[in-house]
Amino acid sequence: MDIFDFSDGREGYYGEYGGVFLPEILQATIEELLECFRECKADPTFWQEYVALLQNYSGRPTPVTYLENLSRELGGAQIYVKRDDLNHTGSHKINNVMGQGLLTKRLGKKRVIAETGAGQHGFATATMAAKFGFDCKIYMGAVDVARQRPNVFWMENLGAEVIAVEDGQKTLKDAVNECMRDWVTNMADTHYILGTACGPHPFPEMVSWFQSIIGMEAREQILAQTGRLPNRVYACVGGGSNAMGLFQGFFDEPNIELVGCEAGGEGVGSYMHSARLAYDDASVGVAQGYKTYFLQNEEGNMNETHSVAAGLDYIGVNPIFAHLHDQGKVRFEAATDAEVKETLKLTMRTEGLIPALESTHGFVVALKEAATMSKDEIVLVNMSGRGDKDIFTIADALDDSKWKRFIEGKADQYRRERG
Amino acid sequence: MGLQSYIAERKRGKDILVMAHVVCGYPSFEENMQELEIMAEAGVDLVELQFPFSEPSADGPLFVHANEESLKAGTTIDQCFKFMAEVSARFPFKVLMMGYYNTAFKMGEERFVERVKEAGGVGYILPDLPVEEAVNLHRLSEEAGIEPIILMTPTSSDKRLAKLGLASRGMVYAVARKGVTGSKTNMGDDVLALIERCRQHTNMPIGVGFGISSKSDLDFLRGHADIAIVGTAALKIWKDEGAPGLKTFFAELMA
Repeated sequence: MDIFDFSDGREGYYGEYGGVFLPEILQATIEELLECFRECKADPTFWQEYVALLQNYSGRPTPVTYLENLSRELGGAQIYVKRDDLNHTGSHKINNVMGQGLLTKRLGKKRVIAETGAGQHGFATATMAAKFGFDCKIYMGAVDVARQRPNVFWMENLGAEVIAVEDGQKTLKDAVNECMRDWVTNMADTHYILGTACGPHPFPEMVSWFQSIIGMEAREQILAQTGRLPNRVYACVGGGSNAMGLFQGFFDEPNIELVGCEAGGEGVGSYMHSARLAYDDASVGVAQGYKTYFLQNEEGNMNETHSVAAGLDYIGVNPIFAHLHDQGKVRFEAATDAEVKETLKLTMRTEGLIPALESTHGFVVALKEAATMSKDEIVLVNMSGRGDKDIFTIADALDDSKWKRFIEGKADQYRRERG
Repeated sequence: MGLQSYIAERKRGKDILVMAHVVCGYPSFEENMQELEIMAEAGVDLVELQFPFSEPSADGPLFVHANEESLKAGTTIDQCFKFMAEVSARFPFKVLMMGYYNTAFKMGEERFVERVKEAGGVGYILPDLPVEEAVNLHRLSEEAGIEPIILMTPTSSDKRLAKLGLASRGMVYAVARKGVTGSKTNMGDDVLALIERCRQHTNMPIGVGFGISSKSDLDFLRGHADIAIVGTAALKIWKDEGAPGLKTFFAELMA
């Protein structure tokens, strides 16, 4: 199936979801972007340049790793992991960013802006901007700046300006709004590097296209290693870009079950979560430039969301998933904060892998289900990011007392040095 | 009477009209009413009542804050419509709903049009709803006799302006510059050129907004635009100087 073939429907729509809901002032900019993207997509040399760049700069192709110990311990399906954590900057975000960087050059623009939640997308964008010589401004909710200082540190040292957004809930959605405000002012020389498969058309399609490299590689790799395709494929879903990336390798296989794993936060009924499709709390709405399921109240104002993983802490989900969910083509489950912490410990001890808190959501659901499956079945999980660079957040999440003493000691040292 | 004829009638007495703006429930509905009394007394012709939304991405910092505070204080859509009904019954100026599309989408487009109409509103401004997505809503509005206000901008191509012109009803909102609400606009040839381009594509009266804050701005627009749209400047004065400040502001603006 080609979900991006709009010839039978409306351009930029996936079922009733997607579209372009932007202020009139951005109309020309979004048209220019769409035109440039269409050219790039139709030009095989663009994709070749993109793949070469990721090979030489980011270490692609990333491997697929067999989790022998965990598979044995759980006694169910054989568990394989796609290792996008091994990318430069530590997550799949760099794929999309490098692609949009090449596109920015084609657009002839000199300045990039981006929103970031956990900081991975901001980090990747700052890295790309340094390499390509673009001016770069990153908008990040003030709450996220406070919980992700190491990423802010790197962005700033890579030459980006990081703006802490003080509006709203001070998280990812507010950073998106602030990017829109920058873009309506500076669109002439600025490209907005949206970090996930959300927002107005063509962003969901464009980000999915760049991320499809994950699924293309993974399909070949799992075939080469096991001689067959997996039974189920899992990925965490915030906006949904890593999941779209991996799933695209398997969309045409009716016997493969695709499972999106959302942030269950404090669980069903807590209203402190970011599960748009797995729980029943979201409804269809229009915000941030597109139509999809949002966690919102009856009047259409957005609800507070929560997740231990800043990168999943978001009100909306990509419109392609909203459509595939309706059609029953992707199943959605949620992992709670508590489950994520336990699974992270298990994965570290058993396999020596440190998935990002975001990616660990995929592991929670995959491991739970693998245990109930038979030994001749295969599951594939996307490890979209690595956790070791989120040491502050993970140490907090695991409530590590030795780490806390270290930080207190560090703080004392800085105080003394300041005199 | 439709918006277009109302504007034509008001323009018989003066060469430029003024449209003002309040964010419902901020600082409070009581203070909104005091602001509107001052605006009515000064002879303001049209008022946008902004229904607060949690993601006001086309607004600048002051209105973002106003939207947020209003929602925090518990403002509901019911309250906004009730207020709109009171305001349109009480004052001689005409009232428009201003807000974001999700507000209309969630209650249903048909119900939205009904409610604006019931509350005495003559139309609405939804800046994040492009004309392509507004076909059904515009049809419903036409049936109900209320007007969707189309925005035309300096970045719109002639082809685009032609399309917008066809959809325009009541009046056109010309966005004086790029950016969000609330920063200063340099009134110059660019603005005049924009008005001129808009005129080529619509016969509707043209209001100019974004960054209009003083009598000199109004004087500049006189003879070119039909309506000057004043938003952030008035809220800023109200916050800083209260009722006396706002009285002086409108008295000077409209002198």
